[in-house]
Order: sequence, then C-alpha cells, then structure tokens
Amino acid sequence: MTKTYKLYIGGAFPRSESGRVHPVHDARGRFLANAAQASRKDLRDAVAAARKAFDGWSGATAYNRGQVLFRVAEMLEGRREQFIAETAAVEDLSVEGATAAVDTAIDRMVWYAGWTDKITTVLGTTNPVAGPYFSFSVPEPTGVVGALAPRQSSLLGLLSVVAPVIAAGNTCVVVAGDRALPAITLSEVLATSDLPGGVINLLTGHVAELAPWLATHADVNALDLTGAPETLRPELERSASETVKRVLPVGRGEPDWTREPSLKRLRTFTETKTVWHPVGT
Amino acid sequence: MTESITSPWDYAPAPESRDVAGLRPSYRMFVDGEFVDGSGQSLTSVNPATEETLAEVAGASAADVDRAVTAARAAFESTWATMPGSERAKYLFRIARLIQERGRELAVLETLDNGKPVKESRDTDVPTAAAHFFHHAGWADKLDHAGYGANPRPLGVAGQVIPWNFPLLMLAWKIAPALACGNTVVLKPAETTPLTALVFAEICQQAGLPAGVVNILPGAGDIGAELVAHPGVDKVAFTGSTEVGKSIQHRLAGTATRLTLELGGKAANIVFDDAPLDQAVEGVVNGGFFNQGHVCCAGSRLLVQESIAEELLDRLRTRVSALRVGDPLDKNTDVGAINSAEQLSRITELADTGEAEGARRWTSPCPLPSQGYFFAPTVFSEVHQSMRVAGEEVFGPVLSVLTFRTPEEAVTKANNTPYGLSAGIWTEKGSRILWAAQRVRAGVVWANTFNRFDPTAPFGGYQESGFGREGGRAGLEAYLDV
Repeated sequence: MTKTYKLYIGGAFPRSESGRVHPVHDARGRFLANAAQASRKDLRDAVAAARKAFDGWSGATAYNRGQVLFRVAEMLEGRREQFIAETAAVEDLSVEGATAAVDTAIDRMVWYAGWTDKITTVLGTTNPVAGPYFSFSVPEPTGVVGALAPRQSSLLGLLSVVAPVIAAGNTCVVVAGDRALPAITLSEVLATSDLPGGVINLLTGHVAELAPWLATHADVNALDLTGAPETLRPELERSASETVKRVLPVGRGEPDWTREPSLKRLRTFTETKTVWHPVGT
Repeated sequence: MTESITSPWDYAPAPESRDVAGLRPSYRMFVDGEFVDGSGQSLTSVNPATEETLAEVAGASAADVDRAVTAARAAFESTWATMPGSERAKYLFRIARLIQERGRELAVLETLDNGKPVKESRDTDVPTAAAHFFHHAGWADKLDHAGYGANPRPLGVAGQVIPWNFPLLMLAWKIAPALACGNTVVLKPAETTPLTALVFAEICQQAGLPAGVVNILPGAGDIGAELVAHPGVDKVAFTGSTEVGKSIQHRLAGTATRLTLELGGKAANIVFDDAPLDQAVEGVVNGGFFNQGHVCCAGSRLLVQESIAEELLDRLRTRVSALRVGDPLDKNTDVGAINSAEQLSRITELADTGEAEGARRWTSPCPLPSQGYFFAPTVFSEVHQSMRVAGEEVFGPVLSVLTFRTPEEAVTKANNTPYGLSAGIWTEKGSRILWAAQRVRAGVVWANTFNRFDPTAPFGGYQESGFGREGGRAGLEAYLDV
C-alpha cells in the first residue's frame, strides 16, 4: 500500500492548503509517491507554528531538551530499517552505504543531545570587567530558523542541519525538495518522540519556489541555506538582509557530513547576551 | 508564638511499600562484570529507622581489592580507554535511563538502607544521580571542547571511596565523570550503605557495560585504605570526613597517584536584615535539616543580622516544630533516621557540649519513634565562635545561631573556619549578594536558596573542605591527564 505523504506543521500532518502534490522519484527516476507541495500559505503557517513553539522550547531546561533529543535518537533507531531503505532509494546508495549514513545520523542526534546542557558552559563566560560589577555573557537561542534540507544527503545531512538548531533552543521550518522521503519519515519519528509540536516544521515542495518566501518572511530570524541551489543563494542572502537575518556561512557544495561537526552551527544560531550587575554592600 | 504549634499537624500515614525495594537476604560484591563472594569480613546492613537487619553483604578483603584493580586495569587497556567517546556515551546514556526506570526501587532501597525520608531519595538522590549520568554521557564524545586541549587522555584506574549520606548520588558523582573521561573504576561504598551501589552494579550489567569497567567492593574503612594505597590505582577520589581525607593525602604524598577530596564543612548561612524572612526561614531549615543534617555542605551555622535575630529565631522555631520526624518510608516525613548508632552518639555528644559551653538549647517538641536512631531537630542560640558547636561539623540536625551587625562582620565570621565548602546569603539586595559571594571563602555560594545541586554546576571546597570539583566542565579535570 502506498502511503500518503503530508506536511508536518505544529505537530500535525496537514495536506497542503493549496491541494497541490508533486511526484517524488527515486534516484533512477522511478515514481515513489506523491508528496504534498507546500504553498506560501503553508510556509506562513509553519513559521507561525515555529514562533508559537519558541517560548516553550527555549524556556525548557537544557536537561529536558537533551532528554527529548536523546528520545528522538531512540525513535530514529527504531525506524532504522525504513530509513536505510528510503535513503538507499533516494540517494542511490548501496545498503552498506545507506546503513552507514543512517547510523551516523543517529549518532549525530545523540551528539547534539549531549550539547544542550554544555553550550552555555563552552560558549558562555564571566567578564572580568574593570569595575565593581559582575558581568557575564551567555548564549541564547536566536529564534525561528529557516533551513533548506541539503540536496544530496537526505537524512544525515538533514539531521546535521536541524539538530543543532533545536539543540540550541531554537525552533525551525525546514523545506525539503526532491529527496524528501526520509525527511517525511523523520517527521513521523518526531511526532512520536517527546518533541513538542511546532519545534520542527517540515514542508515538502519546490525549493526554488519556497526558499524566497522563507528568506523574505519577517518572522524568521536566521537561515541555513546549505540546501539552496548555488544560483539562488545570493538572492536569498539579499532577502535576508531586509530583516537582518543571520545566515550561516557555508561553502560551495555540500560538506562531508560524516565528519564530526564544528560548533559553527550552534554559534550561528545563538545570540550572546551580556548581563551587568553592581557589586557592593 | 513558639508555643502556638507544639506538635506536628496530624497527617494520615502515607507509607511507601518496602516491597518495591526488592530487598534480598544477601548481596554479593561486583568484580569484573560478575557478582562474586568476597573473602573479607561480611557486612550486615541495618535499617536505621527500625534497627532490623536488612541484608548480609559480602565484604572485600585486600586480595579482593587486588582482583578488582587488576580487572579494572584490564578493562581500561583492552576496551574502555580505546573505545570511541561516542560509544562510551551510549553506555552512560543507557545507565541514566536504567536509573530512571528503576527509580522507585532505588529510592525505597536507599531509604531503607540509609534512613533518609523517601521523599528526598525519590525527589533528589535518584533523579540527580540519573541526571549526572545523562550529563556526563554527553561529555564522553566532547572532551575536546572541555577546555583542556585537544584529545585529553584518561588517567587509568580510579579508586573511589564514598560516604553514607547520599550513597547512590555520591556513586554517580564519582563514576559518571570517571567513565565519561575513559577511566575504569573500583568503588567502595560506605560500610553502612552498600545496597544501592550493588543494585547499580546490576544496572551496569543490564546496560551491557564491558566487564571490569565498574567494580564495587563493599567494606569498612580498612578496605578503603587498601584501595587508595593500591599501586595499581592511578587516581583516588574520596568523599568523607576531613580527618580521613587528611590521612589519604598523607598516605599518597610522594606518589604519582592523583587525588581529589570532598571533605567536611561548616557552612555559614548569612541572613541580612533585608532578607525575605519566610523564604530565608525555609532555606535555613532546608540548609540545616535536609537529610537529617547529614550533608557536608549543610548550613549548620546561621549568621543572622542582630536587628532581626529575635524575629527570625521565633519563626525558625515555629517552622522547625512543624517538621515531621519519623518513619523515613512515610511520604510525609521531613526528617528521617540518623544513619547509625555510632553517628547518633557522636551528634548527642557534640550537642551536649553546646549546652555545657553556655549556648541556649532549643529542641523541637516533635514526638520521636520509640525504635530506631532518631534525633530531634535542635537549635542553639547565643552561640559564640569559640564553642565546639560553632566550629566542628556536627553532621546531624543541629543548627547553631550566631549574630552579626555589619556585612563585614558577617563575612569575617563566615570565613572563621578551616573549612570552605559552601555558604548561603539571604538578602533582597543583588549587589550585596555579589559582594558577599566574592568575599566568602567557599566553593559553592547559594543566594536566596540553599542545597542546589546540578550536574552542570561544579561542587567542591576551599581549604580543609578538600580540593577538586565534581560536576560541570571543571569536574572533568579530576579524571583527565591534564
């Protein structure tokens, strides 16, 4: 039985309000499924859901967020076989290759689960200011992050983009294009983990159509454009400047996702807040 | 006002079922992944609330120490130190989950063995132990980011000796960072509270932890002395009395063995005249009587500004009168049993010196159970710095109250101790909190709160309260060759 693939917004699985679908093919061009093709209205709904979830998620303790992320990793592992099959299909990988990618993706999630309560101790500091003041600086989540799923690595790349965003306490809207099947399955994993609805919202559709709407949306605070087509990127970055969105600096092409990540994503999607307080009797 | 409440409110009994503890008649020690008989003197674990025998526990001998250290060394070299951090992390995550899953069992067993109120073992000891493993699991593959340079190496075999006041929690504070950093351990639980450590050993088996990575040796002080002096041990971590800590430091002097000590304390809880009084009273009660005062960081010296001393004492006595002392398994109990007859006589003896030296003794009028080791919460006022109750660690539900006039005097008195583990500051004025926190010579300072513990926050003392930290990024240093 072929499944109906839908969007994931605010913890629910709606069809596109536009009623549009687009066919998803495997790497050899064979039809796999009709996925929902998100509209501008769907994208706005997703941003609204992410904003609504932000207070709760950013306000949760780091310990709580860590346990939720670890739970996501446990749920991912439970669907390991499905992810291997789908990753192999959309990326045209051997079973061994797909297995390695999926296992690294699960490890990546565990790695970020451990970061939630360490970001502050590694990136924060007290400031030895020259005066009777106690001053400290801590990283805080930036807000709603818009991300484009990497075009090559359908699960490992996607998780490597999404996990640091939510580990740091942000919420996000992710747009997945042609290789969306593992992304859709990921949304089903998220829905059955302890992740609050709206923390991750996943839209399938045409990246070239959706990305400019994401980049111009005034309530999006930051962008990860790793998955943007090279030709589209400059225009998206220009749009981001309208509301001074933070844009993750990325190189050309896709990074080697199998390597242990740096802290660049955690740093980009956090703001440093400095607090001063007088000292004296 | 003090006489308005002379007995605790009547509460219907709300006992936790002791069956949940899965108590067995005998427990064996854990060496090289197996439960084995010890060749030392076996121990008898007693429920301090009823004086009944709980279980026979295999005791380790010097030969067992040797076996355990050998097993830990083999595990260190063959698997644990060479395993990728991301794999070590998974074992620690699993251990954290298993502690959570078996939380109720562990809480009840801890209360039976230790005498602490079940609401404390349930709400503090066990969840904080699980959190400690969870936090350190995340460090296992992030040590490069901990600030000790690239690729910091473990030390080797850690010999760890822990006290009886927080048996499972102290185990977690010791084992979690050691394992996260790639060390293997031989741990000796306290003579009177070995049971949860042996259930923890079972959890290690359930987590599939490689044999020899964790070894648990029940025994008395002599086995602790064997362990810390064993030539195969690279690192010693001890939590306990300052007296024993000094003897360990003395014993290891001139050797290459690394050492961290978490010892006694005589914390000052400083209450300024602008403090939120009700909140301060709650904090002072928590600081002095939490876990029957068996807390190395207990706020056992109350320093109160003279102008509010009388009012605070009034409110304090009223509040302490309402503490329910008794059956630790009752979920309403605030103060449980003293851990052992030996400790009870130590507290009784030291409290008597307070009276003899001229302090004013007030004892909660609460009824005490006829059986078991109990000590009614006691407050000494008109205490002077020269008195023994002002200087020595009582490690029981006894609070000494001193007064001060100026912030400078408060800080001077707070620092007038060889210890330096913790301190409390109570004032509505933020600048004064920070001013006092800068001047107090203590490793942990709580402001408008007390007894806060978190795996992300380093804990440990200045001066004769020991050296080294447990928890957070700073705590990793104790188990890394840096």
